[in-house]
Amino acid sequence: MTSMIDNSMRLNAPMGLLLNRDNAVEFLFEGQRYQGYAGDCIASALLANDRWLMSRSFKYHRPRGPLTMAGQDANTLVQLGGDPNALADRTPIAPNMQIEGQNYNGTLDKDRDAMLGHFGRFMPVGFYYRSFFKPMGVWDKWEGVIREKAGLGRLDLNFEPEYYDKKYLFTDVMVVGSGPAGLSAALKAADGGAQVLLVEEMPLVGGALAYNRFDIEGIEADRLRAELIAKVEAHDKITVMVDTVCNAWFTDNYLPLIQGKRLFKVRAKECIIASGAYEQHVVFRNNDLPGVVMCSAATRMMKLYAIKPGQSAVVLTGNDDGYLTALELNDHGVNVKAVVDMREGAAPMDLIDALSKRGITLHQGYTVYEALAEKGNKRVKAVDVRKITAKGEVGNASRVIDCDLLCMSAGYMPAYQLLCQAGAQLSYADDLAEFTLSKLPEHLHIAGSVNGIHQLDSVMADGQRAAQLALNNLNLSDELPGKVSCSVKPNFDWPIFSHPKGKDFVDFDEDLQAKDIVNATRLGYRDVQLVKRFSTVGMGPSQGRHSALPTARLVANSTDRTVTETGVTTARPPFAPEKLAHIAGRIFDPYRRTPMHHRHLELGAKMIPAGNWRRPAFYGDPNERDACIHTESVHVRNKVGLIDVSTLGGIELKGPDAAEFMNRIYTFAFLKQPVGKTRYAVYTNEHGVVIDDGVACRIAEDHFYVTATTSGVDRVYRDMTKWNAQWRLDVDILNVTSAYCAVNLAGPDARKVLETLVTDTDLSPEGFPFLAYGEADVAGIPARLLRVGFVGELGYEIHVPSRYGEALWDLLMDAGKAFDIKPFGVETQRLLRLEKGHVIVSQDTDGMSHPGELSMTWAVNRKKPFFVGCRSVDIVMAQPQTRKLVGFVLPAESKKPEEGHLVLEGDAITGNVTSCEYSPALKQIVGLAFAGINSSQPGDHIYIRVDGQLVEAEVVNLPFYDPDNLRQEM
Amino acid sequence: MPFSLLKYGLNKDYPFEQHADLPKPTELKPHYDVVIIGGGGHGVATAYYLAKYHGITNVAILEKSYLGGGNTARNTAVIRSNYLTSEGVKFYSESVKLFKELSNEFDFNIMYSQRGQLTLAHTDAAVRGFRQRAEVNKHFGGKTELIDPQQIRELVPTLNMNPADMPVLAGLWHMDGATARHDAVAWGYAKGATQRGVELHQLTEVTDVIVEQGKVTGVKTNRGNVSCGCVVQAVAGHSSLLAAKAGFKMPITTFPLQAMVTQPVKPFLDPLVSSPSLHCYVQQTGRGELVFGGGSDPYPLYSTRSTMDLKESLLANAVELFPFMANMRLMRQWAGLTDMTSDYSPIMGLSPVDNYYLDAGWGTWGFKSTPICGKSMAELVASGGKVPELIKPFSMDRFNSFRQVNEMGATAASH
Repeated sequence: MTSMIDNSMRLNAPMGLLLNRDNAVEFLFEGQRYQGYAGDCIASALLANDRWLMSRSFKYHRPRGPLTMAGQDANTLVQLGGDPNALADRTPIAPNMQIEGQNYNGTLDKDRDAMLGHFGRFMPVGFYYRSFFKPMGVWDKWEGVIREKAGLGRLDLNFEPEYYDKKYLFTDVMVVGSGPAGLSAALKAADGGAQVLLVEEMPLVGGALAYNRFDIEGIEADRLRAELIAKVEAHDKITVMVDTVCNAWFTDNYLPLIQGKRLFKVRAKECIIASGAYEQHVVFRNNDLPGVVMCSAATRMMKLYAIKPGQSAVVLTGNDDGYLTALELNDHGVNVKAVVDMREGAAPMDLIDALSKRGITLHQGYTVYEALAEKGNKRVKAVDVRKITAKGEVGNASRVIDCDLLCMSAGYMPAYQLLCQAGAQLSYADDLAEFTLSKLPEHLHIAGSVNGIHQLDSVMADGQRAAQLALNNLNLSDELPGKVSCSVKPNFDWPIFSHPKGKDFVDFDEDLQAKDIVNATRLGYRDVQLVKRFSTVGMGPSQGRHSALPTARLVANSTDRTVTETGVTTARPPFAPEKLAHIAGRIFDPYRRTPMHHRHLELGAKMIPAGNWRRPAFYGDPNERDACIHTESVHVRNKVGLIDVSTLGGIELKGPDAAEFMNRIYTFAFLKQPVGKTRYAVYTNEHGVVIDDGVACRIAEDHFYVTATTSGVDRVYRDMTKWNAQWRLDVDILNVTSAYCAVNLAGPDARKVLETLVTDTDLSPEGFPFLAYGEADVAGIPARLLRVGFVGELGYEIHVPSRYGEALWDLLMDAGKAFDIKPFGVETQRLLRLEKGHVIVSQDTDGMSHPGELSMTWAVNRKKPFFVGCRSVDIVMAQPQTRKLVGFVLPAESKKPEEGHLVLEGDAITGNVTSCEYSPALKQIVGLAFAGINSSQPGDHIYIRVDGQLVEAEVVNLPFYDPDNLRQEM
Repeated sequence: MPFSLLKYGLNKDYPFEQHADLPKPTELKPHYDVVIIGGGGHGVATAYYLAKYHGITNVAILEKSYLGGGNTARNTAVIRSNYLTSEGVKFYSESVKLFKELSNEFDFNIMYSQRGQLTLAHTDAAVRGFRQRAEVNKHFGGKTELIDPQQIRELVPTLNMNPADMPVLAGLWHMDGATARHDAVAWGYAKGATQRGVELHQLTEVTDVIVEQGKVTGVKTNRGNVSCGCVVQAVAGHSSLLAAKAGFKMPITTFPLQAMVTQPVKPFLDPLVSSPSLHCYVQQTGRGELVFGGGSDPYPLYSTRSTMDLKESLLANAVELFPFMANMRLMRQWAGLTDMTSDYSPIMGLSPVDNYYLDAGWGTWGFKSTPICGKSMAELVASGGKVPELIKPFSMDRFNSFRQVNEMGATAASH
């Protein structure tokens, strides 16, 4: 492989502010080896080797080179290995970086799809809406063809995410942009006593002072920049962040900054936006050729990267800045063939003199009508200059000037994105031909060229004005800010010269020409938002940074409205394209472990997610799921088992009104619940739908402890605090889910196991009966004991402070050895409770299940005046019921219905299976299902469709197992 | 090259005006037989079907902003019918059928693209719910299956099967799932309606509704008053506000719903992929962009601002599902307003005001219902208030009688 070490286009120092010439960097572009310097971006390093063609355009595959040299356009999106759409004019080169252009078929230089441009006439705006669909069905074929051509870069589908993270920052004043306005604002605010964060997108401070020329001699920018930087660096109240983009404005100055691989989330008391303005292009034929650049791009090439942008140049301008660019080019050995000023007699004499002193020809009242190219459109080779005869019109006399560089400036568009995200309004000043911003929210200020101020001294004064407003808001000062105005008009009124042959681009991202915008309006898409949506103008990666202004002008002109009425499309976050990695940050998915987690792993548990917890599903070989569950369930029925139920929600209610509060939240009656007893608690929402359940323990007259479901507790707790914000009852509510852990010790031998550990409580059936609650000492651990029967056996829920969790588990497993204790998982528990006919809220209920459908009316007190959902429950229960949750059985050998299978009556769906398992205890299939009300009585038959076949099941009484509840009450 | 493109290309001065999709603005007339408030997909579809099937063309669509500029422009263009209830599945299936024909019916390509929708289950509860949805869909002739992880790998080889440590247990594969160019749906309907004589008035805001003796007789607008025989309100995102002007309350709470889009890359993802547990869904558009959506904002609000929080949680989960997407660049974030009902089903039909018809409560499922809702609303209007069978279950008075149509499980983060 040959190495291209050329650098023939480099200028001498001090040009190249960003370069470190001691550090050469080699990289690969399109397989060819190139060399640049540390500090070069990809584009500058390629330009140094006189390589202008860097990528191709979206629709016509037009050759494209740098346009802004500031990452403001999408002309030079390149592929970095598997990373598509990187900005060549912003991404620094790195040793052995592999770079390719995008959007070509074949090679970048020889693109087989370049002929698409010749068919442009057959692809008018919105052509895809008018074709490809006749006859019916043909679109399915075309879609594939078109999809193949869509997209820009290629994504590496095997890319492994890298480390990205986030940090919070706080500041009194944040200043976005470190040009003359931002620097002055930062200094003023810091001098006034505020802590200032100054953020600059580019790698160096100074904004336009770093690259633009402000005077004929070319000395002012460097002098002023050095002076301001010295002051800022010396100021201990100013923090500077370069290479940092403020990528959005969110409510209350919540500002995301992206620097390297870190996202900073900043809260700023005051924010000053000094983001500058985007130089705008002139619309003429072939204005997208490599070698056609913004004036500021040419000066950036020279000052920042020491690139000589061409051998011979033409400058096309609508303001004075173009003259200064011509002087700068001339100073660095570029042969400036002509300055073409679209204005007539507007330039000041000293600039005109400066040109003539250098022998530069000036054409006033002229424009470039067409750029002419080398074969293959790879570089501009000449321009066709014509006299402007009327708005957007030129004469026939043509003057062709050879050049390999065309610099253009039609004026500026404020970098309005962050401001419009904050709700500022854009309006067009017809006399200035410029958009201006107004109606900023409080604590947000604007300064410099984004505020329509373009003279250097006024820009600085505007920065100080904005800082004064910020200081006043911070109560650090109360002076009135000075008034700042601007007498310069940098925008040319109508820099749009349509060409009958087109390729006069308004939007480079989307290859949209002037006629495309106009024709969209002629087709009836008159609103600028509709123009955007129909033509896709502004929808590309640069989000309208250059197309918004000409589009607004063209649409206004074509629909007889003002530009203000026409407006621009909405600016939305982000400001610049941001990697998903930045926003996602560290992949951080915490899940919750119970205190006994390690014991489960040691015992070989198969862990599954339960909300944001992990729980044992069962213990043993994951491939033997059914057998493991079978064994565990039989063990609980015959001996004793232990299950970790720490994930159950726990809510503590304390205060004089605790009982009244319980009574209003839950459906049962709680006022007279005795201390030392538990009671089933059902929670309905305002629609009367059962959304949670648990067990309420009355610890004292003014103290309840109530459990909630694993996934429901956060919602129940949130609802409780919400309701009490209205009711104002005297009760404290605390979610103690993670403060407590719990186990359920269940099985005929449960009492025997517990008795070996508890000495201060009489655990006999009389001393601690079914539904009892008590506090006990479990071998030194303070515990809350609940006698419950979820699985249908003698059982104790033991709740202890979380720090005792592992010790409690060990004690019980140890004490249980003599009784052959075995742990069981949540899947086994699900089977056991099903055998007992207990409902799991959200599995056996859906978003409409009311207590009547669930046969839970026994748990609803209809006599008390109120509970949440009571009104709805009353209304629903007064109506004829249509469905009911029933228990059904099937012979063991029958096809087993799955949860979710439908219950049918003829053709109508009357319900669905909610739970279904083979019951080892009963040796048959048991299940719960919603059934039509006419087949919901024991002895009725329901028809379940299982894998396409109807299975007839018998409705039976619940519970399936131990119908007289002898086992749980023993 | 299709013939229609030749026609343009070879005609140097193609008379665009004669082939315009939408007519130029006109003055408001003092009276219309039907006033449709809201020029989104639903409003223009209603007008289209009124004109096409019922010969009713003295119709004005009043749009406060621009055609299709509300939720029609903001939704993520998912078309599907894999709902949970019989009522829902029947209704949305009709919509899918109509969608398939629209391009040819309009003579305007809406780029209907049947890619299939894959919804992921990471929990047993989701598997149960998906099985039920698949069964209900199949019962009504839809193509929906519960598929296993191996089948999922074959459909979407790039998917991480253990995102956020939540293993993918199963998937709901809805072969009828599709997408279309959402704006084009509104434009196609508007084109068809206006060509038949319907008037579309953009930048025309209804400021009040005139009700006399319990019956609507006209509306006040920023361009003057208009009298009318009847009104259809189709203003998703603002339904309760407009209803208040007509003098009644709606059982609706309005939440913002955000979405975002990346820069385009070459196509690699055909199906629409959704994970309700991770509150994330993604599809790749015809242009190559990835569109992401998630859950609604947690609190009611009438603002279409974007938030950082939603973006962070949504994209963290997107990167979990497809780790390589970390390298994609996000281009744009936006929001729409969703009118949520308590049963996650829409409200269509009569209102407490005579001759005032409702097309509301479209939450996150408005776009996919556009054709069938428009068709049904047109029938309702043309019959003078006889509610078509298909939309009877969705009447507003179901909230009084508690005959709700529960779609809660079938809507979360899978719009």
